Amino acid sequence: MRPSTEPQPLSADVALAPDPIIRFQNVSKNWGANQVLKSLNFEVAPGEKVSIIGPSGSGKTTILRILMTLETPTEGLVTVDGDTLWDVTAGQKVRETKQLRETRRKIGMVFQQFNLFPHMTAMENIIEAPIHVLGMGKAEAKERAADLLNLVGLGKHMNHTPPQMSGGQQQRVAIARALAMRPKVLLFDEPTSALDPELIGEVLNVIRNLAHTTDMTMLMVTHEMRFAEEISDRVVMFDNGAAVESGPPAQIFKDPQQERTRTFLRAVLQH
Amino acid sequence: MSAVIDYAPLLWQGLLTTILVAVLSGALCLVVAFAAGLARLSSHRLISWPAGIFIEVFRGTSLLVQMFWLFFALPFFGVQLHPLTAAVLALGLNEGAYAAEVVRGAIASRAKGQTEACIALGMEPALRLRRIIIPQSIPAMLPPFGNVMVDLLKNTSLVSLVTVADLTFRAQMIRSTTGQTTAIFLTILVAYFALSYLLTLLTGWLERRFALDRKALAAQRKENRLMKVGAA
Amino acid sequence: MIWDNNFAVSVFPLLLEGLWVTIQITLLGTLLAAVLGLFFAVLRRLAIPVLSPVVSFFVVFVRGTPLLVQAYCAFFVLPAYGVSFDAFTTGVVVIGVNYSAYMAEVYRSGIQGVPKGQWEAATALSLPGVRTWGRIILPQAVRTVVPMLGNYLIQMFKDSAVLSAITVVELMATAQAIGSSNFRYLEPLTMAALLFLAISYPASRLVNRLERRYAPQH
Repeated sequence: MRPSTEPQPLSADVALAPDPIIRFQNVSKNWGANQVLKSLNFEVAPGEKVSIIGPSGSGKTTILRILMTLETPTEGLVTVDGDTLWDVTAGQKVRETKQLRETRRKIGMVFQQFNLFPHMTAMENIIEAPIHVLGMGKAEAKERAADLLNLVGLGKHMNHTPPQMSGGQQQRVAIARALAMRPKVLLFDEPTSALDPELIGEVLNVIRNLAHTTDMTMLMVTHEMRFAEEISDRVVMFDNGAAVESGPPAQIFKDPQQERTRTFLRAVLQH
Repeated sequence: MSAVIDYAPLLWQGLLTTILVAVLSGALCLVVAFAAGLARLSSHRLISWPAGIFIEVFRGTSLLVQMFWLFFALPFFGVQLHPLTAAVLALGLNEGAYAAEVVRGAIASRAKGQTEACIALGMEPALRLRRIIIPQSIPAMLPPFGNVMVDLLKNTSLVSLVTVADLTFRAQMIRSTTGQTTAIFLTILVAYFALSYLLTLLTGWLERRFALDRKALAAQRKENRLMKVGAA
Repeated sequence: MIWDNNFAVSVFPLLLEGLWVTIQITLLGTLLAAVLGLFFAVLRRLAIPVLSPVVSFFVVFVRGTPLLVQAYCAFFVLPAYGVSFDAFTTGVVVIGVNYSAYMAEVYRSGIQGVPKGQWEAATALSLPGVRTWGRIILPQAVRTVVPMLGNYLIQMFKDSAVLSAITVVELMATAQAIGSSNFRYLEPLTMAALLFLAISYPASRLVNRLERRYAPQH
């Protein structure tokens, strides 16, 4: 990844190692007249930790939501680990296919609002999908869940329900819940934006741990710039539905090439 | 007052019939409510449209008309229903149509995030509904359901008009035999009031039992007890 | 052919007459319910000893007992004490009083629904009581009350069929009478049902639109 010496085209075509685990090819997304994503080409290599930054409305969350099949692209091709997730031609009606459901299993997501199941304990939250979706045995699922809870530092909270836990604890359970499905790709949609400032650290610690100790691909939308700089292999700056600039954290944060990136970082890092 | 005492056994029978009608139609109402409510949420139009029509028709026409239709008009199609059957059917379908809205509303208003979490974990829609969405919706459904049930209980009085021998029917008969109106009707008024009050209490108990943070409440109580005993 | 079209057409005008009576009952009954309900709501809120609790209990009692039995009481019990009107008036009063109990609750929750901050702001601005009520509280309370009033009107329209039991000659009673005198119930009852639907369905759509327009803005 060489820093470019001339202005990049608005839709930065980042070609990496031959078999990207995530590939967006000419993906567009329109909300009525509003073009949220404009013919996006975007790739992520296996095991890569990528942070996406940018102003709200830039389309960065939409990328995650399309990957998680929470939204359908208006047009374009999206593949995950070689399998097609979305293949949409403009104007065509999109239906959920078996292929989509199977490919979706490779992806997990951690939400801004945690979205834990309030009527279940932490343990029950974590074993629910492995048992009912992966067909795992209950004993095995519980054992795995206990390990994951210990991993995120919440072993003692196994039998607590979400109302009994702080926001930081809930988010850590949410991470454990996503990990229980052994995804190849884990998406983080502003995981700490809904937390009280003093609880952000404990969640970032867990994410940092994951980044350093696993080869799982991680794609994170965040406003925590210092954290993004610390753990990412690559940082992508998004604005207006397109990737403005992409490169290693050192370059993006210390020596941004694009004017848009510079103005954004200036505004964000001021306070 | 003497009429009440003399005819107490008959009134008691009437009360039992009222409760029977209420329980039977209540059960039917629940079944219809979930069937129609869930159907309304389906993304297949072949399922949601008929459900919608059923709901609008049964909510838009009067319960009494429905009851009379099932009892007096259906025979013209060769189907002669026993009065009790026609009554329970009408009550169950009518109140079920109202309750379907309760089911639909409670489920639809579940925070979008819950559905998204389920999608992220790869859960199919049926699994999602069964294990996650519906259990969470139950607490929200209970208060309006309680109202529907009280309504149903009061509406059981209408079955007296299709010759089902419920409390109101008995009272009318006693009135026409003895001419004593005040005591009889006051008695059954109080009886109905007592029944609806009990029903309200039952709903309240159910609400507490199914509260979402019930486990949290139970755990809290346990911790409090432990703390009182002095355990760590 | 099970359906006798000639018969149906011949009885239709009679049914329309019954429908007209139903509509009259509904309009008058709703008016009574709205006024009486407001009266009850205010009485409860003013917390007058003896009177307010009695009103509270009365409201709860009326809501907990069937309309049919209340109608029988008014029709059979009251004449024994010298109070007797014609069936129509009795019917309107019974259904009006019944629904006033529900309206009282609607007024109460409408007033309760106005955010506490409004009262506090009025106090901070030293607005006198009447002004606070008239210009601040009630206009905001009305937002909840009006759609609910619409809902109860439609409900009363359907409930009025019960009054057939005390010889009020509205739509249901008319259909019944036609059926029993001709030994053919299918046509009159079906058409009565359709007439109910023809009025209540558009009405409820209208009320839905009202609800959306008046939806609380928080």
